[in-house]
Amino acid sequence: MTATLERPSAPVSSKKRTVTPARVALHAFLILTCLMTLAPLLWAVYASLRTYDDTSVNGYFSIAKSLTLENFAKAWDVGDLPHFYWNTFLITIPALLLTLLLSSMVAFGVSRFSFKFNLLLLMIFTAGNLLPQQVIVTPLWRLYRLIEVPEWISASGSLIDSQLGVILIHIAFQSGFCTFVLSNYMKTIPYELTEAARVDGASVFRQYWQLTLPLCRPVLAALATLEFTWIYNDFLWALVLIQDGDKMPVTSALQNLKGTFFTDNNLIAAGSLLVALPTLVVFFVLQRQFVGGLTLGSTKG
Amino acid sequence: MTALQEKPKAVAPEGPPPRRRGKRATALAGTDKLVLGLMLGIPTIVHVLFVWIPTLGSIALSFSRWNGIGGFEDIEWIGVENYTEIFTEYPRFWPAVQHNLIWLVFLLVVPTCAGLLLAVLLDRELRFSRIYQSALYMPMVLSLALIGFIWQLIYTPDGGLLNSLLGLGDKPVDWIGDSDINLYAVLVAAAWRHTGYIMLLYLAGLKSVDPALKEAAALDGASSTQTFFRVTFPVMKPVNIVVAVVTVIEALRAFDIVYVINKGRNGLELLSVLVTDNIIGEASRIGRGSAVAVILLTISLGVIIPYLYQTFSKENRS
Repeated sequence: MTATLERPSAPVSSKKRTVTPARVALHAFLILTCLMTLAPLLWAVYASLRTYDDTSVNGYFSIAKSLTLENFAKAWDVGDLPHFYWNTFLITIPALLLTLLLSSMVAFGVSRFSFKFNLLLLMIFTAGNLLPQQVIVTPLWRLYRLIEVPEWISASGSLIDSQLGVILIHIAFQSGFCTFVLSNYMKTIPYELTEAARVDGASVFRQYWQLTLPLCRPVLAALATLEFTWIYNDFLWALVLIQDGDKMPVTSALQNLKGTFFTDNNLIAAGSLLVALPTLVVFFVLQRQFVGGLTLGSTKG
Repeated sequence: MTALQEKPKAVAPEGPPPRRRGKRATALAGTDKLVLGLMLGIPTIVHVLFVWIPTLGSIALSFSRWNGIGGFEDIEWIGVENYTEIFTEYPRFWPAVQHNLIWLVFLLVVPTCAGLLLAVLLDRELRFSRIYQSALYMPMVLSLALIGFIWQLIYTPDGGLLNSLLGLGDKPVDWIGDSDINLYAVLVAAAWRHTGYIMLLYLAGLKSVDPALKEAAALDGASSTQTFFRVTFPVMKPVNIVVAVVTVIEALRAFDIVYVINKGRNGLELLSVLVTDNIIGEASRIGRGSAVAVILLTISLGVIIPYLYQTFSKENRS
């Protein structure tokens, strides 16, 4: 884990770098591949900066007459994006924090103590995280109608159509992955550490909260980055479990934008980019954590 | 997997390697037992209640006829009728199976080969390597729903990029509307995102291969191609397994992108769509939808169980 999170090794001395045709070809190939990878996004940026009048007359494959940020302002207003961002925030942050809390507790338990069913527990979590969501979605949707919650949490009186319901399924589903990753990491912490603490009279909770968790900071940061993008990007759970369009998180609300904007592809491009923005920012700022987390766990898509 | 997990050991906080578990004699005090019980119990209850109970629910409901709205007393138990209907009459089932299979094969071939190739190319001292990696990873952070939107700008017959590039402006191809080709158009977009992930896994795998192995092969006179296929690739077996598991699961989960594009109709039917249609679509046949879900479950267990075995059997032995 740490190895992957570390900074790249110091640059090689320039003497070693000789320009050979093979190197040039390699760089040319990689540059081309990268450009092709970035092309769809750059194309969306280009389309979003043009006006509808411009593209409807000249087509998208043309030199822009003028570039404008108008589409972004319009998508922001028409799509009511601040409202949907807020919905996403209400779901993502609690789900993220609770997922990390609960899975670190299980990981601590199974990696620091031995029970008969240690391995079974870990397998249940690991297998759960690999299930296709559709395997559980139908009974879940029905189960949510049965679980009653106070009106101030959900106007429907049950978990269905409430943000709490979406938060809960994120926690349940994502804790599989996080438990797996965290327990693998905690197993690498020397057992002597917690044992010494125990001899000194530290309670189980202190061993977890004050000793183990601080040591797990790098992996928790990596998981937080990953889980943020995954929960933010969720489409299915909110689509199925929330019926009131007003409560949708921003990714699922993209559907509404499509209806609202009809054929104005420029506006859709601007809306899509605005929705992608938070994850792109996280990716560029916390790329090391993102990549490190995926390398560690590597059981998710 | 193993290869990937061996790294932490090398850099774990100083001290001897973790001791074998199961040798701890210290008894836990009463409060500690309770606290530990809660720490393990609460998350397990949440996970089992919302993930595994519904899984069992799908299995049970697959033997029933029910509209899902009424009470449980409306459930009519009909045995395996749903399954026989799915296999013999349900017109959308076999196309969906076929599309999922194409999805799987496409993902196993295209992004895996591309990701492996890129990983091999980048696994060396290379100027700008970080920049290349960033660019190639970037699609991974976008949701498949969003990718559906962005790629429609490329595929649209209405002045889209692809038709313009191919010079088909006069007779545009409807890449998404034409049911013969739309699956592949969508797959290209899905592969676009998947390649970065595979590359990441293989890069980590390649870094964990002991350089001494390659040197030994080189000393024995193996060419670099031979070294890769005879030494490096077989040593990366754990990574290959992870790649296979991730890809199969990804292929079974595929949903968002087709739903965004046309709600999974007209050539884009997938098993996941057939399940979801019963709760948010018009079908409202919980029994039949659950039977499709059980089929999904069975296929996914086909990779989950071997994966669990290879991940955890090592621990059992130690």
